[in-house]
Amino acid sequence: MKDMTTGGPAPSAEDMKLIKKFLEDTTLFLGPDPEIMQNHDLMPRSADEEHAIANVPDTHTIAKIRDRLQAGCDEGYEMVEQMGAAPGAKWGDVITGIYSASGDLAIASAGGVLLFSSVVHHPIKFIVKNWMNEPTVGVRDGDGFIHNDSRYGNVHNTDQSMILPIFHEGRLVCWVASTVHEGENGAIEPGGMPSMAESPSDEGLKMSPFKVVENYQIKRDLLTFLQNSVREPKLQLEDMKVKLFACLRIKQRIEETLKTDGADALISTLRLTMEDVRAEVKRRVSEWPDMSVRTYIIQDSTLRENCVVKVNCTLTKKGDQLTFDFRGSSPEFTNRATNTILGGLKGMLSQLFLCYIWPDLPRGQAAMAPIEVITDPHSILNCSYDAPNSQSLMSIFTGFTAGQHAVAKFLYSCPEKFTKVHAPAFNMINTFIWGGVSQHGETLGNLCADLNGMGAGATSNRDGEHALAPIFATMADIGEQEVNEEDVPFLQLVSKKMTRDAIAPGKYRGGQGYTMMVATKDSEQWGFMTTAQGAKIPPIQGLFGGYACGTYPLSKVQGVDVYDVMLNEPEKFRHSIEEIMNEQPFEGARYTTHHMGMGFDISKRGELYMISQGAGAGYGDLLERDPVGVVKDIEEGLMSAEVAARLYKVVFDPATLAIDFEATEKARADERKARIARSVPYAEFVKGWNQPKPPAHLPYFGCWGDDVETLYMGSPDKTRRGDEPKPNYMVHPKDVRIAELEARLAAAGVPGDEKQ
Amino acid sequence: MTMKVPMTEYLRIDLETEKWECRVCDHVIAPAAGNYKEGLLVHNRDPREIHPPVIDPAKYRYTFCPDPEWVRILEFCCPKCGTQIETEYATPGHPPLWDMQVDVPALKAQWASRGPAMLPDAGPAVVPGRGHAH
Ligand SMILES: [Zn+2]
Repeated sequence: MKDMTTGGPAPSAEDMKLIKKFLEDTTLFLGPDPEIMQNHDLMPRSADEEHAIANVPDTHTIAKIRDRLQAGCDEGYEMVEQMGAAPGAKWGDVITGIYSASGDLAIASAGGVLLFSSVVHHPIKFIVKNWMNEPTVGVRDGDGFIHNDSRYGNVHNTDQSMILPIFHEGRLVCWVASTVHEGENGAIEPGGMPSMAESPSDEGLKMSPFKVVENYQIKRDLLTFLQNSVREPKLQLEDMKVKLFACLRIKQRIEETLKTDGADALISTLRLTMEDVRAEVKRRVSEWPDMSVRTYIIQDSTLRENCVVKVNCTLTKKGDQLTFDFRGSSPEFTNRATNTILGGLKGMLSQLFLCYIWPDLPRGQAAMAPIEVITDPHSILNCSYDAPNSQSLMSIFTGFTAGQHAVAKFLYSCPEKFTKVHAPAFNMINTFIWGGVSQHGETLGNLCADLNGMGAGATSNRDGEHALAPIFATMADIGEQEVNEEDVPFLQLVSKKMTRDAIAPGKYRGGQGYTMMVATKDSEQWGFMTTAQGAKIPPIQGLFGGYACGTYPLSKVQGVDVYDVMLNEPEKFRHSIEEIMNEQPFEGARYTTHHMGMGFDISKRGELYMISQGAGAGYGDLLERDPVGVVKDIEEGLMSAEVAARLYKVVFDPATLAIDFEATEKARADERKARIARSVPYAEFVKGWNQPKPPAHLPYFGCWGDDVETLYMGSPDKTRRGDEPKPNYMVHPKDVRIAELEARLAAAGVPGDEKQ
Repeated sequence: MTMKVPMTEYLRIDLETEKWECRVCDHVIAPAAGNYKEGLLVHNRDPREIHPPVIDPAKYRYTFCPDPEWVRILEFCCPKCGTQIETEYATPGHPPLWDMQVDVPALKAQWASRGPAMLPDAGPAVVPGRGHAH
């Protein structure tokens, strides 16, 4: 309050009370509340909770009730998954849970997207803080609240929550909520995650938490307004109902518990479950070595242009305290959509622990609660209210990978492990987002569930599995393509076929990704977009001498109708990107490659869009890979014989693939010698390699080397301090291209006689 | 007896000498309180050699190869046995990271209370005939 009192006596306590009341009564706008949004720890014990724990401290009773409530949450989850209209619901991009009266997520559904477990509590805390005692709103039995604006909680605006308070004998005892990745939300591009958004105003529906249900009925006027704001009015209605009914089912299970055990037992169970998990996390962390681990992951685009965007991470463990320090990461982009709110990053770190490190822990907010996360303000990992964040996945996924890479280096020496030490999984949603008018005349906007087929990283004892699971969910399906094709006017002409030589080598190799080729068939108003990074720089790191994946572009073939080709000259069709792009079998067609940030592109019948899923990272020195495993990879079409022989130094008969083990041993011993010969001592190496600033030829964003306080903003001469926000505008890629072409015209001597 | 704590697939710390050592050939690499990379050899690898082009680089801008002007692979190997101990996908010119900065006194205290029976069971190699089993 220092600056308020300059030039006069300090206000009395009475004055301060008056000032506080005045400010509270006259708040112009209840925007996102930093006090809520920056905090992911548990709320302090309430008087109700103290009282309940004193009454019901018995761990057996609590375990019994916890299991019942867990079953109720899982039942609600099943309902959403089975009945939900959103493709996201069908593959488990869902969370259902029970929250304490103060808003902490105590028990969550076990499957699905655990990333939600650290972010869905924020809107409830907003309701508790602002609507409970607000005479024009209030919180009553039978009410339901809706929310989607990520600045008030959740991951991105495509996720919608339905939130119900649960009362017992007139007292609020807990909350239940159901959250689904709905897809369409009325943004400038279909599907709910526009990469073209240049401000929050381009991101569609922005629902701060508000009451949309009274007496368990959805209010028709508000529903109509929401339907009118999105491209899929049917989806909006169906899933609001589905979420409401899932919440009511969980409510029913809670009421059964209240009837048998009473409110104190419920409240005590919710609170102690969280406190026990929090304490157990502290204990597990204390078993790790005291150490700082450093890593960085590069995002190679904003989805609009290629650039070098650093996610910088130092993970420090001391005693029972674990701290992720992401300072030095790229500044936020003022007009690009790849920024994230801080909660999203914490959610993905929570996912890391609940899915990859301690999968035995009860699901909820508590696992992440004691872990500290530090970021720069207005950075790509903690963006401001005014920055778009509809493609925050790019930043939360690369942030996750930095965490996954760092954690592995702590776990190796730790005697107590709950999973195998794991190299980073692939982390990009290499899939097609689609939209337009279907063959049935319906307006649709959503995506192929193939994003869930990310290649797994290798572990300390085996290869990564192919196209296994998305990093943001424990169990998620890649969908039934033939079923999808009933509803959408395009086919996946090649699907689930591994992309040969797109590898992540190691003693244990990463799990590989598959090729997707799509072409529109039965609509003149249909298009695709892709939103992924990693076409120039791999988005992950390898582990303990293993390699990361390579890079993955978008390939297009235009000026052809492949459906005509398949009808009239089927022998011309090819089933891999490699063959189609290298052989160019369709005469007169145009073959091009692009980075993976394709804005919504209206397609023509039979034109090909081709991408590949990515590989998880490799583990260990590739010269230690079992030669039998190498040959198996050749036989399974993961790798060509030439690449296998050159990299792995396995000697085999090219015709029969029979391995010469002795020659292999010798070739590998020679390669180890060759390594020593071609490498230089560290001190000598850094003399030639280290540069004081980012290279001038790279549009580089973030810190350089050890100086985490200076953030570069696209060139070696443009910087900001980490703690001093500055705008960071990118030029429209078309303007960049026009400038390049104008420069070429000028250089070619074309007179610049245009009037200015 | 001296205790050696395996810290990665190929590195361990000798708690008595306080040194990083190679788990494959026992080479003493560097002080445990420092950056183990300082005791290794480094090679600046063109990423196209590891991640080969799937489509023709003569025809296309993007080929499934990382762009060698945008990223390099720093390969760190043991100077004695040549085992590749670490890789780092690095922006050209970016100083290599001190990736594992260990609090050695804390590590010693932690293992003093644990004893050698607790050492994690994960060996360095699976090559047949090398006489190592998990
Ligand atoms: Zn060695």
